[in-house]
Amino acid sequence: MKRAKDWMPGLLLTAPSLIALAVFVYGFIGWNFRISLTDWKALSPDFNFIGLKNYRDLLIDERFKIDIKNSLVFTIVFMIACLLLGLLLAILLDQKMKFEGLFRSVYLLPMAISFIVTGVVWRWLMNPATDDRISGLNLLFTKVGLDGLVNQWHLTPNWGMAGIALPAVWQMAGYTMALFLAGIRSIPEELREAARVDGASEFRIYRHVILPQLRPIALSAVVILGHISLKVFDLIIAIAGKQLALDVPAIYMWQTSFDAYNFGKGATLATYILFSVAIVIIPYLIFTMRQERRS
Amino acid sequence: MKISRVLLYPALIFFLIFFLLPVYVVLVTSLKPLGDISLETMWSLPKAFDFVNYSLAWEKLGPSVINSFQLVIPASVIAAFLGSMNGFVLAKWKFPGADIVFPVILFGMFIPYQSILIPLVTTMRELGIYGGIPGLILVHVIYGLPIMTLIFRNYYASVPTELIEAARVDGAGMLGTYFRVVLPISIPAFIVAIIWEFTSIWNDFLFAVVLTGPSSWPVTVALNNIAGSQIVQWNVQMAGALIASLPTVLVYIILGRYFLRGLMSGALKG
Repeated sequence: MKRAKDWMPGLLLTAPSLIALAVFVYGFIGWNFRISLTDWKALSPDFNFIGLKNYRDLLIDERFKIDIKNSLVFTIVFMIACLLLGLLLAILLDQKMKFEGLFRSVYLLPMAISFIVTGVVWRWLMNPATDDRISGLNLLFTKVGLDGLVNQWHLTPNWGMAGIALPAVWQMAGYTMALFLAGIRSIPEELREAARVDGASEFRIYRHVILPQLRPIALSAVVILGHISLKVFDLIIAIAGKQLALDVPAIYMWQTSFDAYNFGKGATLATYILFSVAIVIIPYLIFTMRQERRS
Repeated sequence: MKISRVLLYPALIFFLIFFLLPVYVVLVTSLKPLGDISLETMWSLPKAFDFVNYSLAWEKLGPSVINSFQLVIPASVIAAFLGSMNGFVLAKWKFPGADIVFPVILFGMFIPYQSILIPLVTTMRELGIYGGIPGLILVHVIYGLPIMTLIFRNYYASVPTELIEAARVDGAGMLGTYFRVVLPISIPAFIVAIIWEFTSIWNDFLFAVVLTGPSSWPVTVALNNIAGSQIVQWNVQMAGALIASLPTVLVYIILGRYFLRGLMSGALKG
């Protein structure tokens, strides 16, 4: 057992950060939950406690139903596309070729750019106008003879969120690639050599030697991409502004709280978003810390 | 046997085009003269280069670019420095329970900030720091602490404990050990941490849009506003998009290696 004299300075040095995080993360989460139990609807803090009424109301809220559906469509399309494209790019880059660094840098470039810039540019690319107003990617498709690909993008009825997922994939696929590539590179070359000596084809080596080893990386990628997609906000704002067809809980929360000053309901939406992220993140944190302790 | 080169290079180049297509559109659109915006020619190269869009975009975004720098530089340096001290303690000068405190800190980097936004705005109004850059600096420093602590803790975990012990035996206290032994070998971690923080604060929109007013808007908010308006031409919007992303893209091009390391630690992999 170490003496307090030894460890106390460490605790003191980190104390300001720990206190700040205790207040600004955990204190505020608790405070937000408390607000969600009220009918606070004005700038001035004038409210009554109404128990879980806001939560019950949300369950029958039509806009919230749309948001959940939108959020799910976006998450599924975004995650599957990022994982598949990321894995494919990682395997391509693993082939030891010329200009590998150049390809990798370009694929990863969007990570340096904000969702706002991505949204502003893709809004121009995904212009849904047709006929003589046709522009953006649709115009490019007609020019290269791929007229069949012309579509409404994020304004496609019912599937608009899949259109929003496209720029999100453009932004995050390179990151997923980097995760997978780091995983592939950490697999000892002897493992592949052994499989090759046994006469396994290159395809079988990927299928049976490399992919199974990438499971922990895939888990990280799923968690990271998943929590990003549950929080998606600025990208949609920059592409489409605030329209119901492309609404998600994060935008609903923002409008309810800061346009309509309905803080009770806004806090309820915020608690929902936190909950949806926490059920993904907390098990991951526990899992990662256990693994670290074992190694 | 490898994937055939005949397939490999076309595939690599196809994706190169996919990732560069928006960059191409930004460049050609922003360099075309204002009159030359017929939709029909949006994919063609400009007949003549014209930088007028950039000066128009700068008129609208210039002040907010300066705001962004005033926000990002102090916030990322302060956050990195605090993260370095926290990381040092949590890796090499542990107090009882430090290993439990660490994941509790890390949770803060994953939370959706909507879940603290109403209390945050209320608190900042009470403290009188709502609506300006200093308040936004404080917010970014605090919510940047988890990732900064993570980056430095992982880095210091690989520093040999003998080095710390030797300083201790020489009679150095904790601060002496930190400043004389640990800090001088921390430069790579500082580069990674500051690049990460620089990029994420520069690119932040949510805190910026909720916590600042027109005179203190960072560039993301200002860009989103000109993009939302119908009166600003596409040429100017694209020039604005380039201006808004230039600082982080330059950092990425020059220091990409360190940028990648930050990305990796964001996924909790050391």
